[in-house]
Amino acid sequence: MPDLKHRRLLSAREYIGVEKIDGPLIFVSKTHPVGYRELIECVDKNGHIRMGIVLESSTNRVVVQVFEGTAGLTLPSTRIRFSGKPLTISVSKEMLGRVFNGLGNPIDGGPAPRSDLDLDVNGMAINPTARQYPRDFIQTGISVIDGMNTLIRGQKLPIFSGNGLPHNELAAQIARQAKIRGSETEFAVVFAAMGVKHDVAQFFVRSFEESGVLSNVALFLSLASDPSIERLITPRTALTLAEHLAFNEDMHVLVIMTDMTNYCESLREISTIRGEIPSRKGYPGYLYSDLAELYERSGMIKGRKGSITSLPILTMPNDDISHPVPDLSGYITEGQIVFEREMDGRGIYPPVAGLPSLSRLMKDGIGEGMTREDHPHLASQLFAAYSYVKDVRNLASVIGEEELTPLDHTYLDFGKAFEQQFVSQRKDEERSIEQTLDIGWKVLSMLPADELHRITEEEIEKFYGK
Amino acid sequence: MSDRIIGQVRRVNGPVIEVMGITDAEMFELVRVGEQRLIGELIKLESGGAVIQVYEDTTGIAPYDPVYGAGMQLSVELGPGMIGTIYDGIQRPLEAIREMSDIYINRGITIPSLNREKKWHFVPAVKTGDRVSEGSVLGAVQETENFKHKILVPPKDAGILESVVPEGDYTVEDVIAVLQTENGQSKNLTLMHRWPIRVQRPTARRLPLDTPLITGQRVIDTLFPVARGGTVAIPGGFGTGKTMTQQAVAKWCDADIIVYIGCGERGNEITDVLAEFPALIDPRSGRSLMERTILIANTSNMPVSAREASIYTGITMAEYFRDQGYHVAVMADSTSRWAEALRELSGRMEEMPAEEGFPAYLPTKVAEFYERAGSMEALNGQTGSVTIIGAVSPPGGDFSEPVTQHTKRFIRCFWALDRHLANARHYPAISWLDSYSEYLNDIAVWWEQQVGAAWLDDRTEIMDLLQREVRLQQVVKLVGPDALPDTQRFIIEVCTLFKNAFLQQNAYDKIDMFSVVPKQARMLHIIVEYWKRGRDVIKAGATLVELRKMKVYQDIIKMKFSVPNDDLSDLDKIEARLGRSMDQLEALHA
Repeated sequence: MPDLKHRRLLSAREYIGVEKIDGPLIFVSKTHPVGYRELIECVDKNGHIRMGIVLESSTNRVVVQVFEGTAGLTLPSTRIRFSGKPLTISVSKEMLGRVFNGLGNPIDGGPAPRSDLDLDVNGMAINPTARQYPRDFIQTGISVIDGMNTLIRGQKLPIFSGNGLPHNELAAQIARQAKIRGSETEFAVVFAAMGVKHDVAQFFVRSFEESGVLSNVALFLSLASDPSIERLITPRTALTLAEHLAFNEDMHVLVIMTDMTNYCESLREISTIRGEIPSRKGYPGYLYSDLAELYERSGMIKGRKGSITSLPILTMPNDDISHPVPDLSGYITEGQIVFEREMDGRGIYPPVAGLPSLSRLMKDGIGEGMTREDHPHLASQLFAAYSYVKDVRNLASVIGEEELTPLDHTYLDFGKAFEQQFVSQRKDEERSIEQTLDIGWKVLSMLPADELHRITEEEIEKFYGK
Repeated sequence: MSDRIIGQVRRVNGPVIEVMGITDAEMFELVRVGEQRLIGELIKLESGGAVIQVYEDTTGIAPYDPVYGAGMQLSVELGPGMIGTIYDGIQRPLEAIREMSDIYINRGITIPSLNREKKWHFVPAVKTGDRVSEGSVLGAVQETENFKHKILVPPKDAGILESVVPEGDYTVEDVIAVLQTENGQSKNLTLMHRWPIRVQRPTARRLPLDTPLITGQRVIDTLFPVARGGTVAIPGGFGTGKTMTQQAVAKWCDADIIVYIGCGERGNEITDVLAEFPALIDPRSGRSLMERTILIANTSNMPVSAREASIYTGITMAEYFRDQGYHVAVMADSTSRWAEALRELSGRMEEMPAEEGFPAYLPTKVAEFYERAGSMEALNGQTGSVTIIGAVSPPGGDFSEPVTQHTKRFIRCFWALDRHLANARHYPAISWLDSYSEYLNDIAVWWEQQVGAAWLDDRTEIMDLLQREVRLQQVVKLVGPDALPDTQRFIIEVCTLFKNAFLQQNAYDKIDMFSVVPKQARMLHIIVEYWKRGRDVIKAGATLVELRKMKVYQDIIKMKFSVPNDDLSDLDKIEARLGRSMDQLEALHA
């Protein structure tokens, strides 16, 4: 029975020839005992090295997943080396301002950054008792977010979007404008691109450049042209750096991951090749746990100054929010910003659907001393009134607007003003929270005061119609 | 922990490990794998081999690694020190783990579930020579200011006490009594004992469920009440407020002990409970809510197999407190994650799947879990109960999926969360159309004793109105509200009032966050009175506009916020004012 020391010696061995290659998976037989999730190196006939990890290990066969794909490999000439340790990346603050591939190797032509320490990319579960409950309000300058779906430092708030909708613009705008009021702290952006087009990556680089923050951004790019399997490791590499920056270097990190749907599709691809039993739409049964391993890495920790706020972007296939990817994400993340194609069609930016969007951490981060005392009730009333607007619109589409009661007409006017004045804003417009709330009151004042059941009389006295 | 090697690893596939060379091992035995000593449980035995599910990340485990057997089943430690503690899915205290491994949970940590050093003040209730039987009370420890932890003879032990220690301070491992069992052996009894999590603790008999578990949430207590010892499912898509409802019930329900199982959910939700509960005061005891709460946290990023076990860990603890004669409420959030853990493990064991990849034994497992609820007479004659409130997270919010469907077969109370209500920020978003409670008739007697016989009639009246409103709304959708006569529009009006003034409840408002039983009954009665009197004056010729203009209307809308739980006299005033306003209106049209 080989012990750990013995195994490390065995890891110097190299196996020439493999049993089977299927998609990104390689099957190797008759090896020494190989550890689960061990890092491997795979050398092709030209001496080029690709990396991979062990997915399954048994006494007679090892299944290996190769990140850079298996194109060009042959059965007899492929050589495999097992490292005896899990996949790690070297992390340091110097990685900011640089561009890497999904495995953390620089692709901007510069030298590898000096490394402080090696970390396992899989990370470890944060002890729930070590977490600090997030409550610091982040001002994004975007009314529909600040006013109604407030982003909190340490939150994971995804954007549920669709193809062709301006999710990248919104993410870039948030990255540019996000600030904690009254505090100057070191911040960083970690950007992970999974299977997105080259021009999307370029859009973000340019946007960071223009706002002069590029030196505070680390980019991990696994683009559409790269092997799909690399996408599985890209968010993990990015989050490992983010954890280092947040919890070892005391920085406030914003992680943008796009597009989570591509990530999930790669996961499905591997699962299918391995012959696993699928659950919904062919996605593996562990999709929820796998996504949770990524999303749950954000947060705040007691006694540490830094934080990880994450903003995953996912495109809903066919705009279907009940598709497994948005559905399972919504069960893990702390709310969601949902885009609506119909609003985009009417030229409203950001096209954030009022009702399905939600920020779960909002309740503890707004109100007196944080934003303004009227914020909670105002937001609640806006939601209620807008919900009624939707009902009235449905009614109007059946019976015609003429048949509506005068009150319902007032609601329709309110709905229009809400969308055009409160939700809609320019892509470079930054509103303070006070401006946002004042606009909220302005549109709400179109409704009669006795319709506002969720607002106290004092608040009506102070803000209504002002 | 024993070093008995029971086999070697043959194959590693995530949390599932196949073992070869098994000599002696028992089913569901607690095992440790590899040099890291990862904790696992033996779940399948075959000739010479076995399958183990490991409760920690198996990175680095390789074939031929040794597997050690502990010689006992996966068990929980039951004794003083559990209250106010936060455990992981296999009862390891997370606070203590944090002291050992900082912010992350390292692997292979072995740590006792109950503090071994802490001394508890034990007051014996028995003396040497007494005959005790299974579950007899040996004495008690005052665990918190308000909670008396009774020390029990473990089930399956009985006989004559050879010795009992005097009153004093003891650790959970100190011998407090020596028992001579029926077959003549001496057995040491301590403040704690172990119990395997997958085995239901024995009781004398089941009792009828005739007392409600009061939650302080009006839509629950008044419309869809749950009995002590009952079973509830809360299904709802993401963002509909499952966790908010569970937390509201955990905060304000009148159980003695809350076991809150965070099963595969968000880390920050557990942190929220940890931050909030100690600061909240239990209105009945006047003490911190944390002093009656046990948390089990196995968040979504913690190992999936421990998620499977966490449900059983929680329910076993609940049964232990029930045996002491307490009423326990178990919050399981979410049972879908538990079912998904079953599915993942089943898939890795290459079992034949049934619906949507779930194993064929899913309904059996769901039934076993919910059947552990009940109002019981314990072996020692005490009565206690375990109520299970399980959240269900159906994919896409579709209630026809297997977990919701199978759960529905084994529960008797269903609080369906509605996406439309949640979108309008109507909380709790419990649908009055899809929800039901089979306990209503069993507990109606209790309500009548508490608040008078009108309660059941009022409730029936309002439920009837809500049903009629749905049909009227369909008409409105086709022809507009103006086409309806005032009598019918008034029904819609009353239902809107009932939804705003009664069903909606603000979990963050100091007064509204919970309502005592008399307040709920009085509020309901006022709204039903408004309906009955209003209906009559409309028949007499009054218009809706006149009704709406009554000042008392605003009082009714605001009464949930304005009338404190400990002084309901303002409700009398509102009711009197309502009567006077209606009288005036009636006189006007007489």
